Amino acid sequence: MILLNLYLSFAKVGLFTFGGGYAMLPLIESEIIHGRGWLTVREFTDIVAIAEVTPGPIAVNSATFVGYRLAGVLGGIMATLGVVTPSVVIVLALAMLAKRFENSIGLARVKSGMRPAVVGLIAAAALTVARVALVDLKSMMIAAVAALLVFKVKLDPIVVLAVSGLLGAIIFS
Amino acid sequence: MDSRFDADSESGENRRSETGVPPKASIAALFWTFFRIGAFTIGGGYVMVPLIQRDIVERRGWIDKDSFVDVLAIAQTAPGPLAVNTAVYVGYMLRGVWGAMASTAGCILPSIIIILVVAALFDQISSFSYVQAAFAGIRPAVVVLIVSAAIKIGRPVVRSRVELALAAAAMVLVAFVRVSPALVVTAAALYGLFAPSVSGNGGSDA
Repeated sequence: MILLNLYLSFAKVGLFTFGGGYAMLPLIESEIIHGRGWLTVREFTDIVAIAEVTPGPIAVNSATFVGYRLAGVLGGIMATLGVVTPSVVIVLALAMLAKRFENSIGLARVKSGMRPAVVGLIAAAALTVARVALVDLKSMMIAAVAALLVFKVKLDPIVVLAVSGLLGAIIFS
Repeated sequence: MDSRFDADSESGENRRSETGVPPKASIAALFWTFFRIGAFTIGGGYVMVPLIQRDIVERRGWIDKDSFVDVLAIAQTAPGPLAVNTAVYVGYMLRGVWGAMASTAGCILPSIIIILVVAALFDQISSFSYVQAAFAGIRPAVVVLIVSAAIKIGRPVVRSRVELALAAAAMVLVAFVRVSPALVVTAAALYGLFAPSVSGNGGSDA
């Protein structure tokens, strides 16, 4: 029963999350803490901190963690499946629709408006991350090194992430 | 292969790969590519944008640059994590429903494994300061990677004044006014549909 409830609760969270993982945190809070009473606020804060520093979408990380806390490994898996189910269904439907109207002029016009907006959204994401990432001289130095590696040396993004993680471990600890 | 950016910057809207046929992606290749992307999506879904760009657009050539922007548009309009939405759409484009399942599984599996391990060892890791220091170092690099993705994606897309205005408006609305990205993408789509012309050729790709 707990497994089914975990699945349903996180499906609800996944369904109403628009605009990235952070938008989902208040929803988890109301559904899991206040709605179900499954976690305390303190536990939730820890989970968010861990979800932030581990790879993967924050929504998926939080779901796995909460599910595991409540019902072990199976709980983690059910909660995670719950949180991604709405995405899979909705995006598949949109993808099928887009394929169906692939050659329509209407879709081409829709795309002509959407594409520049997407570029703006990516720039907005850079600004949002910059606000919490570039906080002092050290972090700006790391950004400068990363910029050199990305734009001049043209390293693979994954290598750049690894190098800056190493730099961070040396500089910040 | 190396001059991946400048070589085709002239060709305008109709940018398919040289042969016009994208290479076939196997289910296993989809799974592993997204597994790799999932393992390195640190600090929010947008980190995945440069990673996917590099792996799927540049290295594998599975989808072209214009289609990638469309994928991102859909991924931001639908509810759910950006990384998962992108995986579903790319997987579906390349190998149908099974492709979508494979790429989604690949994308979320690293998180599940890592979080289960972390959850099992929670008390030791929360006080592990090197890990936190490393992530403090990764975040500034994430900013740079996202900027580089915005430039790469933006160059072929933003060419007219109207397009520049749309991009700037979207950025300001989301970053400063805190409007939901889904609303911004929807509004921009409606603008494209009903405004006279955005890209200077009636919005037609054909």
